Amino acid sequence: MSSPVYVAGLGVISAIGNNVAENLAALKSGKAGMADITYLQTRYKHEIPAAEVKFNNSQLAAMAGFPEHISRTALLSSIAAKEALEDSAIKNIGGLRIGFISANTVGGMDKSEHFYEDFLKDNQRGDLLDVVNHGCGNITELVADQLEINSYVTTISTACSSSANAIFFGARLIRAGILDAVVAGGTDAFTRFTLNGFNTLMILDRKFCKPFDENREGLNLGEGAGYVVLVSDKIAKQLDKELYGKLSGYDNSNDAYHQTATSPEGDGPYMAMQGALKRAGLQPSDIGYINLHGTGTPNNDQSEGTAVMRLFDGNYPPMSSTKSFTGHTLGASGGIEAVFSLLALKHGLVFPNLRFETQMKELPFSPQTELLTDQPINHVLSNSFGFGGNCSSLIFSKA
Amino acid sequence: MMKLYIKSTACISAQKTFGDVPFLTDAHTYTKPRLDAIEPDYKPYLDPKLSRRMSRVIKMGVAAAKEALNQSGVTMPDAIITGTAYGCVEDTTVFLTRIIEQEEEMLPPTAFIQSTHNTVAAQIALMLQCHAYNNTFVHKSFSFESALMDAAMLFAEQEASTILVGGIDEITDTNYAIFDRFDTYKKGDFTNTELYATNSPGTIAGEGAAFFVLSNESSGSDIASIDAFQTVYKPANIEEAVLSFLTAHDLQLDNIDLVISGKNGDTPSDVAIDELEKGLFKNNPLIHYKHLCGEYPTASSFALWLASNIVKTGAVPAALAENKVTNSQIKRVLICTHYQNKYWSLMLVSAC
Repeated sequence: MSSPVYVAGLGVISAIGNNVAENLAALKSGKAGMADITYLQTRYKHEIPAAEVKFNNSQLAAMAGFPEHISRTALLSSIAAKEALEDSAIKNIGGLRIGFISANTVGGMDKSEHFYEDFLKDNQRGDLLDVVNHGCGNITELVADQLEINSYVTTISTACSSSANAIFFGARLIRAGILDAVVAGGTDAFTRFTLNGFNTLMILDRKFCKPFDENREGLNLGEGAGYVVLVSDKIAKQLDKELYGKLSGYDNSNDAYHQTATSPEGDGPYMAMQGALKRAGLQPSDIGYINLHGTGTPNNDQSEGTAVMRLFDGNYPPMSSTKSFTGHTLGASGGIEAVFSLLALKHGLVFPNLRFETQMKELPFSPQTELLTDQPINHVLSNSFGFGGNCSSLIFSKA
Repeated sequence: MMKLYIKSTACISAQKTFGDVPFLTDAHTYTKPRLDAIEPDYKPYLDPKLSRRMSRVIKMGVAAAKEALNQSGVTMPDAIITGTAYGCVEDTTVFLTRIIEQEEEMLPPTAFIQSTHNTVAAQIALMLQCHAYNNTFVHKSFSFESALMDAAMLFAEQEASTILVGGIDEITDTNYAIFDRFDTYKKGDFTNTELYATNSPGTIAGEGAAFFVLSNESSGSDIASIDAFQTVYKPANIEEAVLSFLTAHDLQLDNIDLVISGKNGDTPSDVAIDELEKGLFKNNPLIHYKHLCGEYPTASSFALWLASNIVKTGAVPAALAENKVTNSQIKRVLICTHYQNKYWSLMLVSAC
């Protein structure tokens, strides 16, 4: 690959914390974010657990500096993107061409589903303020305008791989010389739409999820946002700060097997991981930690596990699914897990895969269950796979 | 930016644009401010069993994609990239309605499964068994342009030699009713051919799917090339933006044989494009297109389909000719289009 793209800033909000420091502390102490549903109004309140961000919209709006009626998806995005931007200190350098590449899958659905209840009764009813920012792009634009970023702004939506694709699209814009710096990642709020959608697919665990466990019964939905600030080689040199690492490899491949299921052989996941290694010029043995997609559904973990088995062929690095902490945050997951991967790289950590008990019969390995510290990690692989066969992998390496 | 060669293009729109039809010889007239796409027979493109479960936007997208591939002779593109502002609105609405009406119980999953914005790109990959790069942009009126940008970068990175790119959006009863409450459209009965003659707020709703097979290398039989494209968000001065776009590509307005203007009939938001038409473009032959396809966020993909076919044939089709359009050979077209006077898109299209 041509000139390197560095990570200069991180920002995250999830069920385990409002910022990078809180998320890192929870990951180290093994404190998961799932609980009874508290903020979302749904009949499944006491039936299906979820990993909600522990604030109501009014509190989030105050943190984000937005009016309270704005979609939760934008509130979460704003909080994490601002943290990443401030952490990077790139705004201290004048005249930079900064982009905002943000992913999401639900857009302003949290507000639209409220609007739609009234609209269904009478199509002249329903508060228009609740649908005006329905589109995925509206969410991105609200935050880009707030951050005063306008050199290049776009939104990607490829289901659960969305923000991994946003991150490497951002990196490519820098490499192409179109931008100097990019705030890239994604956001998604927990909604009745997604809760019911995943529930109809019968892939929601009624208890806290157990990724990569033989007896796993599905995923827990979560919500949040995660962003990285990517900078060019030139800007990295001008910043007076320690960098988190560099994006050394990436790949987007399609499983082309089924709209919602991944192939049993894990073809898409295999190609994504292999493609990322190839672009990074690395061997599987170079990877020090895999942040698995690891949703906890029977299908994903079998498919992803098979792909890991095929690619790593006996030499398995420590791996874990941090969705055992945050739940599956859908369009935000690639962004949140990129932040976690960079924290693993910087601090030499392997985060535990919570609640794992029994190794999967078809796999010769099991995930890491205890926190590992002082690990010599030079390269972290982060997986994000989604509906529509969209499979993406990122590799972050020491700067 | 290097040139993007258009090997083929296929478009489903509110006009007869799809399949083996003459190039816009007669325009279809609409008497309501809503222009639904003229859907083709999907049998040659889709298994009827699959087709029955698919919403219109998926069918339109997949059929346009397959037709574009058929025409180019490319069976397996190196990337599939779509742009759609609203995604699968019908499926989203169906699922949302059921959540509310059935109080979150006994919901069938199909509508949810097909509601994700990447469904069209995913279905194309599935049908082609194409494991290559697959991406979907959902950024309002820049969705299609973002897809083009992704394609241009993949070519520059030498990651691809042929890429399928498309713009897709659908209008449904629900989103029409909601937009109508925002006064987005003209009120009452309205004839689309009168779009630019009225002096009133509101535009006309449209939808469509336009796909392109792009290559970074000339094949000798390409229908057109995209020499440059640029988006401008909330321009302080659109005239300067257009001029600097042309200058950056060593062009002056004299070099432009035809301007395709994205005027949409909404008097308040057309102010800036009206000024361009009366000022900057006053000596250029100029045509409009949104009375044919309606206004929608990815309508610029229809404009690109139109521009490609104009430079391929060298002439403006009769249904579109307005004043100042001569029959001289049209070799270079500037598309200058806007959405709500907030999202501007410029594209330079040349004959090959």
